[in-house]
Amino acid sequence: MPTLIIDGEEIEAEAGLTVLQACELAGKEIPRFCYHERLSVAGNCRMCLVEVSPGPPKPAASCALPVADGMEVKTDSDMVRKARQGVMEFLLINHPLDCPICDQGGECDLQDQAMAYGNDGSRFLENKRAVEDKDLGPLIKTIMTRCIHCTRCIRFATEVAGVPELGATGRGENMEVGTYVEKALSSELSGNMIDLCPVGALTSKPYAFTARSWELKKTESIDVLDAVGSNIRVDSRGPEVMRILPRNHDGVNEEWISDKARFACDGLRRQRLDRPYLRKDGKLQPVDWPEALSAVGQKLAGASGDRIAAIAGDLADAEAMLTLKELMDSLASPNMDCRQDGTRIGEGPRVAYLFNSTIDGIEDADALLIVGSNPRLEAPVLNARIRKRYLMGGFPVGLIGEKVDLTYKAEHLGAGPDTLQALIDGSIRFAGVMKDAERPMIIVGTGALARPDGPAILAQSRKLAEAAGAVSGDWNGFNVLQRAASRIAGLDMGFRPGDDGRRTNQIIAGAASGDIEVVYLLGADEIDTSALGNAFVIYQGHHGDAGAHRADAILPGAAYTEKEATYVNVEGRAQQTRLAIFPPGEAKEDWAIVRALSESAGKKLPYDSLEQVRTRLAEVHPVFANIGEVTPAEWEVFGIEGDIEGAPFRNPVTDFYLTDVISRASETMAECTAAARGGNPEKTGTDG
Amino acid sequence: MSAPRGTPPDIPQPESFSFDPEVLEAAEAIIAKYPEGRQASAVLPLLDLAQRQHDGWLPRAAMNYVAGMLDMAPIRVYEVATFYTMYNLSPVGENHVQVCTNLPCWLRGSSRVAEACERVLGIGMGETTEDGKFTLSEVECLGACVNAPMVQINDDYYEDLDASSTETILTELKSGETPKTGSRIGRRSCEPIGGLTSLTGDGEAGD
Repeated sequence: MPTLIIDGEEIEAEAGLTVLQACELAGKEIPRFCYHERLSVAGNCRMCLVEVSPGPPKPAASCALPVADGMEVKTDSDMVRKARQGVMEFLLINHPLDCPICDQGGECDLQDQAMAYGNDGSRFLENKRAVEDKDLGPLIKTIMTRCIHCTRCIRFATEVAGVPELGATGRGENMEVGTYVEKALSSELSGNMIDLCPVGALTSKPYAFTARSWELKKTESIDVLDAVGSNIRVDSRGPEVMRILPRNHDGVNEEWISDKARFACDGLRRQRLDRPYLRKDGKLQPVDWPEALSAVGQKLAGASGDRIAAIAGDLADAEAMLTLKELMDSLASPNMDCRQDGTRIGEGPRVAYLFNSTIDGIEDADALLIVGSNPRLEAPVLNARIRKRYLMGGFPVGLIGEKVDLTYKAEHLGAGPDTLQALIDGSIRFAGVMKDAERPMIIVGTGALARPDGPAILAQSRKLAEAAGAVSGDWNGFNVLQRAASRIAGLDMGFRPGDDGRRTNQIIAGAASGDIEVVYLLGADEIDTSALGNAFVIYQGHHGDAGAHRADAILPGAAYTEKEATYVNVEGRAQQTRLAIFPPGEAKEDWAIVRALSESAGKKLPYDSLEQVRTRLAEVHPVFANIGEVTPAEWEVFGIEGDIEGAPFRNPVTDFYLTDVISRASETMAECTAAARGGNPEKTGTDG
Repeated sequence: MSAPRGTPPDIPQPESFSFDPEVLEAAEAIIAKYPEGRQASAVLPLLDLAQRQHDGWLPRAAMNYVAGMLDMAPIRVYEVATFYTMYNLSPVGENHVQVCTNLPCWLRGSSRVAEACERVLGIGMGETTEDGKFTLSEVECLGACVNAPMVQINDDYYEDLDASSTETILTELKSGETPKTGSRIGRRSCEPIGGLTSLTGDGEAGD
């Protein structure tokens, strides 16, 4: 390991590190604009200059200089300070002095570093250059005059997002960052450029001029709009969520989040259920909690167990599902399901429904087969991890299902289950590719499992995993890509039909035929609510969407930013959201609603606090006791062999921006959908 | 301030573009020079071929065509095409007068050359004469600093200029003559102005 001296201190740094990284190891802060640890090195802002000897007697850009044995680095000498002041002066020649009206103000790298290296006056009398703003779509607002050409956004789009649409056109003083031909960025991760931009050139359009960073309350939480469980920070002011930003978690989302996770937060303000309702004379009438609870309690107590059913939706938290499950158990009802999309996973061992490789583990794989899924739309951040692995090289990717652009090269092997069979038989070339790989990976999406022959396809996938050697020793390459944040927790605790219980589609059919009298929807909106016949429908949730429209009783719950709740992500990693703001109006935390209801139904649950519910959760399944960590599953035989239809796999997500009640209520997401649909890039903006 | 080069001017763009058969052949020969997977290296000569085929300017369709041919993202080609002043993103006149105004030329009097061009042609930088005969551009270094100041007209270099020699060249071009290329003060290539200072003998050792 090379040893170098940084500001008089000797330090060992791994070969291949840059001087900048070594300085960080030594605890020295190096200012920078263009350097970012998750992007390629550009070396064009020159802010990270240090003095290095031996070498030419001039400052060197530490971000692009590899460490070498015997190097002596000075990070705070007169020469370094003077050089950085010079760089700062150059950067400020054309940077406008509009900090008071700039949304980046208060969290701006340029502002912060100008405090350390800026002059108090300017030596330039010339006019500053002005640059036309670019239209990058409904999410990113541009004020390109502020751009300092660090090219982070260009590198992010090209490398991480995999949509090479941004570039630097022109040269010298006329250089501009943009798309040249105006168009909205076609990425599901574009919002991350706002975080990457070290100045106020790219800012959030929906958040523009609404708040200052120092007046926001910052709450560390978890995203639930897909099943990845991205770590987020919820910035709120008073009763409103102002914006959502990513938090770093190397195992899950690195430091990216999807545009839906970031921008759907305006949906938390609209269409909210803020008080209980009961349907009287065919119309929903606002009532108070005691009346709502007693009416619903009577309904539940008055029906026999087998005539009651419950469906948990995609955003339901573990605490609420557990209390509802126990209420259903005490009412002697076996009819409950947390799989509103109709998949029949979770009826076998745990390994059959997890993303067993883990997200971090994608980087260890050396071949990938995707079956019936478009991870780009179902889990954009996870897809970015696959792309990261792809860019490392030696990573053949095969795709069975719809032919889609995944942002990396994928060989389209076929559209349906027969290709899966061909891979098991080894009759197509890709079978050999997977066999030759040491750590092959298979991702099975809900597009392949949410169909009547799902259990048989699951069995086929297992056979293929075994045939391809995807499960060996310390490597488990069999993965199911869930879409719903609630799903793994629901399956882990057994929120699924008991003996002779009804599954989602059977519950709906039962309600239609009159066999089911009372249907309890815990935030379940993605089912055909118009087919529930004359059943008494109880809807507990936070948005007035399909479920609430059909409901006979509405119990207003809390959204994920408004409660302390546990979610388990695709890998089987339990994580907890934190309360950032209080639920609106009379809405309450979901487990507490079920607990109150249990009392009025005469089946009082023994929980008086969140801690008691969580203690019980930990008893039900160890995953809930292991917060923050992945709880892995052992390999077992699973799936039910049976007839397989020939129909091709259909991807479940067609519109990335509108997949759940929150994003459907979001104006920003509606704009994104409109932009994506009308997305003829040749005929927008100022294009001649 | 001049309009930023990166912004495409509001000019009619052709719907499509493709190489003529003989140009395509030349393009394929150029691509074949580079190793497998490195075709993008051929972007500069291919853009030049496209520009020559398309009356001296590069429409967006041509850039997209080259991008498709080399398996590059279109924006990567736009970046290249907007960086080099040798690529014209809007139509140019019959004679494209490109005045170098970089430091060495400027120190040797390029502003007088530029001023003479504007006066003789009656147009400003970036403009085209009404008859479509001349376009005047200010360009970055053309690599003839030894013979500064200089202008490039179409493919020819005119060097060691001053206001009057510039005027002569342009007047000749106007009247359809072919001006003499190269140095206007009679030196050969880029030899020293006052005659050779070395290698003056007959080539024997010791000279």
